[in-house]
Amino acid sequence: MSRASRFTSFLKLVEGPQTLGNGPKFWSGFAVVLLAACSYPAFADSYDVGNNVYFFNWLFMALGLSLIWGYGGSLSFGQTAFFGIAGYSYGVLTINLGDAYGLTLFSLVMAVAISALFAAVLGYFLFFGRINGVFLGIVSLSVTLVLERFMAQTAGPEWVIGKARLNGFNGMGAMPSLTIPWPGGNIVLYPDITLYYLTLALLVIVYLGLRMLVNSRFGNVLVAIRENPLRAEMLGYDVRKYQLGAFVIGSALAGLSGVLYTSWGNYITPASMGMTAASLPIVWVAVGGRSDLTTTLVGTFLVLIVFQSLTIHGSQYALVAMGLLLVITVLIAPKGIVTALVEFVSKMSDRRKSKAEEVR
Amino acid sequence: MMPLLETHKLNKHFGGLHVTGNVDFALNPGEMHCLIGPNGAGKSTFFKLILGEHLPDSGDILYDGHDITRAKPFERIRKGISVKFQVPGIFKELSVRQNLTIALQYHVDPELLAEEIDQLLEFLKLADDQKQLAGNLSHGQKQWLEIGMAIALKPKLLLLDEPTAGMTPDETFATGEMLQELNREGMTLLAVEHDMAFVRQIAHQVTVLHFGKIFAQGTIDEIVANEDVAAIYLGEVDA
Repeated sequence: MSRASRFTSFLKLVEGPQTLGNGPKFWSGFAVVLLAACSYPAFADSYDVGNNVYFFNWLFMALGLSLIWGYGGSLSFGQTAFFGIAGYSYGVLTINLGDAYGLTLFSLVMAVAISALFAAVLGYFLFFGRINGVFLGIVSLSVTLVLERFMAQTAGPEWVIGKARLNGFNGMGAMPSLTIPWPGGNIVLYPDITLYYLTLALLVIVYLGLRMLVNSRFGNVLVAIRENPLRAEMLGYDVRKYQLGAFVIGSALAGLSGVLYTSWGNYITPASMGMTAASLPIVWVAVGGRSDLTTTLVGTFLVLIVFQSLTIHGSQYALVAMGLLLVITVLIAPKGIVTALVEFVSKMSDRRKSKAEEVR
Repeated sequence: MMPLLETHKLNKHFGGLHVTGNVDFALNPGEMHCLIGPNGAGKSTFFKLILGEHLPDSGDILYDGHDITRAKPFERIRKGISVKFQVPGIFKELSVRQNLTIALQYHVDPELLAEEIDQLLEFLKLADDQKQLAGNLSHGQKQWLEIGMAIALKPKLLLLDEPTAGMTPDETFATGEMLQELNREGMTLLAVEHDMAFVRQIAHQVTVLHFGKIFAQGTIDEIVANEDVAAIYLGEVDA
């Protein structure tokens, strides 16, 4: 195969059996949504636009969890560990290195790499130790909670890395925002319209990239492992390597969320790795429909918006509502509410089609 | 002739229970061999030892001249062993075609993949059902799909754990013919089977396991004529 044809066949993987939503209908819908997202800042106050980047920040972690759990079948309860590690790493790096010469972007890459490395080490022991099912959830949650406890006790002045105080439970602040070096003045990505477009672009790239990944041969093996790990192994696949690969990619995305969040708010606390924080991604992804990237994306976005507005009105009760939402989902639509809606709509349209054929 | 598969003094026990005791077994290339024996005779454990799902307490397993006693299951598969499980291990939430794609994708040039899958679907008589979810197939079709995934790897040695369990007599006979065709093309087969008519249809050689030990070996006629075997096993069923 020539290089060019290999490239086109790679691009074709953006559609395939492992993703819902193929064909011109889906992509025109995709274009409409993207257009709406792009034109949103034209109609809204730039302060609101900047604030609402908050919702985008979390979606990377949700997509990563969809890959690990929805596609690979390994329930990681500890994705916020990688979120926190990357957030703190970004803080420590940028406070020490400063924001000149694109060093914040370097820090972003380094922070994501550090969380990926941590995932690789932890994942190696988990998957090569054949820890599966509920035990994987328990161990990954424990790691997250240990990290939270550890960071919470770093209040003293001895907990300092270079110029960066870790600050214990109060959290670390005052790290610079992501800054793009630019001739004629650096572009500082404050919560504003520029940051909105950049985060949106990043989200589209990650979403399309993951679609290609799950429809590739790697993705085929991943869903095979979810369905039946023994059979997958007995087809000659080293199951552990595929599980580890998905875990590292998904955790790096959680790290990306962590960096974006930290840069967006110039703030990260141990609570970002606590019990509540650790369980929320599970709710978003399960409610949307974890076994597909699109339903995960849509579901997470909607749940985040509902959660946010509930928090504004009812504070802690919002968490109770989230728990209830998870229970209802598991009971009524175990594959996820968005997935159930998609299936319902396609069933109805099939029925209409077959009725139309009968009339003919 | 060097055997394709050999075990030397293979032992496995779970707690105090000796499941496989000093089994010396040899399988020649091109042979179709059936393992029979009453429930609890150690047939499935013997399979799991060959596949690496269990590791033996002592003894060796040689395959094609290599010592695979401690090899990981996927390493054994890559050396040319393949298995059809008793309960089909197909990927239920994926389409029939997807199932075969996953089995074939690394064995075939990407440009020839679609064609190879079509041929295999034809061979398995599943071409019309390729878009169905594998979980929605009939029981017999599931068994065939599982066999299809196992043979997609083009193994030298195919292990079959009760290939016809739950099949109708017609399906059983057709499966037997399918396996004979594979054998004619050079594949070596080792099957655990209860259905004696099926054993008669396919087996060149039969080994009887009893309490984890090899009790008797021979052609199906020799085994049927063996009164000791009849006493432990065949007496319980029509043969």
